[in-house]
Amino acid sequence: MKPSRTAQLTLRSLALAYLFALVVVPIVVILWRTFDEGVMAFLESVRTPAAISALNLSLLIVAVVVPVNVVFGVITAIALVRWRFPGRGLLQAVVDLPFAVSPIVVGVSLIMLWGVHGWFGGLESLGFKVIFGLPGMVIATIFVTLPFVVREVEPVLHEIGTDQEQAASTLGASAWQTFWRITVPAIRWGLTYGVVLTIARALGEFGAVIMVSSGFPGVSQTLTLLVHSRYIDDHNTFGAYSAATLLMGLALVTLLGMTLLDRKRSST
Amino acid sequence: MITVTGAHKNYGDFKALDDVSLAIPAGSLTALLGPSGSGKSTLLRSIAGLEGLDSGRIAIDGRDVTGVPPQNRGIGFVFQHYAAFKHMTVRDNVAFGLVIRKRPRKEIAKKVDELLEIVGLDGFQHRYPAQLSGGQRQRMALARALAVDPSVLLLDEPFGALDAKVRADLRRWLRRLHDEVHVTTVLVTHDQEEALDVSDRIAVLNAGRIEQVGKPDELYERPANDFVMSFLGSVANLNGTMVRPHDIRLERESSVSVVGDGQPAPTRVRATVERIVRLGFEVRVDLVNQANGERFAAQVTRAVSEALGLRPGETVHAIAPAGPPAAVRQQGETLAV
Repeated sequence: MKPSRTAQLTLRSLALAYLFALVVVPIVVILWRTFDEGVMAFLESVRTPAAISALNLSLLIVAVVVPVNVVFGVITAIALVRWRFPGRGLLQAVVDLPFAVSPIVVGVSLIMLWGVHGWFGGLESLGFKVIFGLPGMVIATIFVTLPFVVREVEPVLHEIGTDQEQAASTLGASAWQTFWRITVPAIRWGLTYGVVLTIARALGEFGAVIMVSSGFPGVSQTLTLLVHSRYIDDHNTFGAYSAATLLMGLALVTLLGMTLLDRKRSST
Repeated sequence: MITVTGAHKNYGDFKALDDVSLAIPAGSLTALLGPSGSGKSTLLRSIAGLEGLDSGRIAIDGRDVTGVPPQNRGIGFVFQHYAAFKHMTVRDNVAFGLVIRKRPRKEIAKKVDELLEIVGLDGFQHRYPAQLSGGQRQRMALARALAVDPSVLLLDEPFGALDAKVRADLRRWLRRLHDEVHVTTVLVTHDQEEALDVSDRIAVLNAGRIEQVGKPDELYERPANDFVMSFLGSVANLNGTMVRPHDIRLERESSVSVVGDGQPAPTRVRATVERIVRLGFEVRVDLVNQANGERFAAQVTRAVSEALGLRPGETVHAIAPAGPPAAVRQQGETLAV
């Protein structure tokens, strides 16, 4: 049944109003507050040493987290799709756990594990500082972003099946050659999606990271932590808006990249 | 030459291969024919090394390859659903095995072009598999398998995913190709017409066992048992006697047949004509056995049909000649038609 013209218009306005109130308005408010005092003021605010350090730290975490998630995500996806082993169902459930567990809980549990009095706290006396150091932030971010690569690659592996890989092996390719020449190209789009989602989430992660970071400006603040500390601790509302805009800009670039890749995919 | 000796393979309780031994002569085109679940694909995939046997040996050209992985068996394999490398062009697909073998670039280009010409895909070098029809994809897969000069070519229901017309064309094309390149070829099919059409030899499989191996004519004329007879060509059951529909003689009146001493008497059945179907030169007469109500069909020429003047509802005598190829069933045993 086709809805009447009035019903169509009503539905459309409802959806638009909903999106407008919940997404567009907050973003516009941030942008407006950011550029209220001019572009130069914004640039100045995001060029302070603390802001540059925060940007660098956020990008560094992304640079570490993405390769780790790619390698282990692909291995996990292959294991889940291709291998039959006891505990496979359990692994399936564990992969989804980061979606279900609140990031703050992750932060707390990391402190219990790696903190001075935690199970692996002994490492700290050896000079390897996990909690309140970069490793803690990386581990926390890996935890919350773990499902993305696995869940994007898994359906693609299902879809391509094993025929192409078997064909490659009958043509003389070793398991390693088959993986690089057949499997990787076949899953590359799923993998790309997984990576983009991982980047977006790693940049935006707050709850788990704030628990395990010492939070010193210019040292151990990521962009999200900078936004938070400028707003709450320094009462620097304008600075918080500028940092938020920078963060949004990064996310936008990531999304744009994904859209461009998507267009390229549908054209081949 | 492929030799399979005492092959066993179980999937849980299911016996996919149950003591299979088979010799496939060099240069032949052999069909593995059987219903689904008969083990024919498992046998082919075992020869390729894509499945491992529980026990038994496999040798290719005298070399025992039982534990050897597929990439070292010197085989070419063609899959039912093409298994085309979707992210590669036709040229790169065909070149794959040669690139893996690190052959010189010029040699690869020359060989690929040659093969694409043989399979009729000249000019399609830069297309992607998604831009080809099913039949073209399968010919590309054949070229890809042949590029590495395999000592045996293994085809797993290669035409199964294609429509009837393309299927018939491709299998004749495959036969001509085989006559040119003479590579030992094994083809898995569940289609008896396909097996009879292309192969030099047929091995009929059923429930993980080989029922009979031989030339298509031999299997058709002298089936070893009822399974082979009913699987290869159509068959009618006259009071337990299996007979080819075209071997049935129809008569209006009960004639007294003269049988020599020691000769088995032909089987005679009173039947009601149900339907008469003209199939060009031949006429198929659908009949109902008056003794037990079983249906069967007789195939006669148009001339015979007209001479008899058959009409639906009339009674005729159907006579099955004694002796081969009829495989005689035990009295009282019934066969589901």
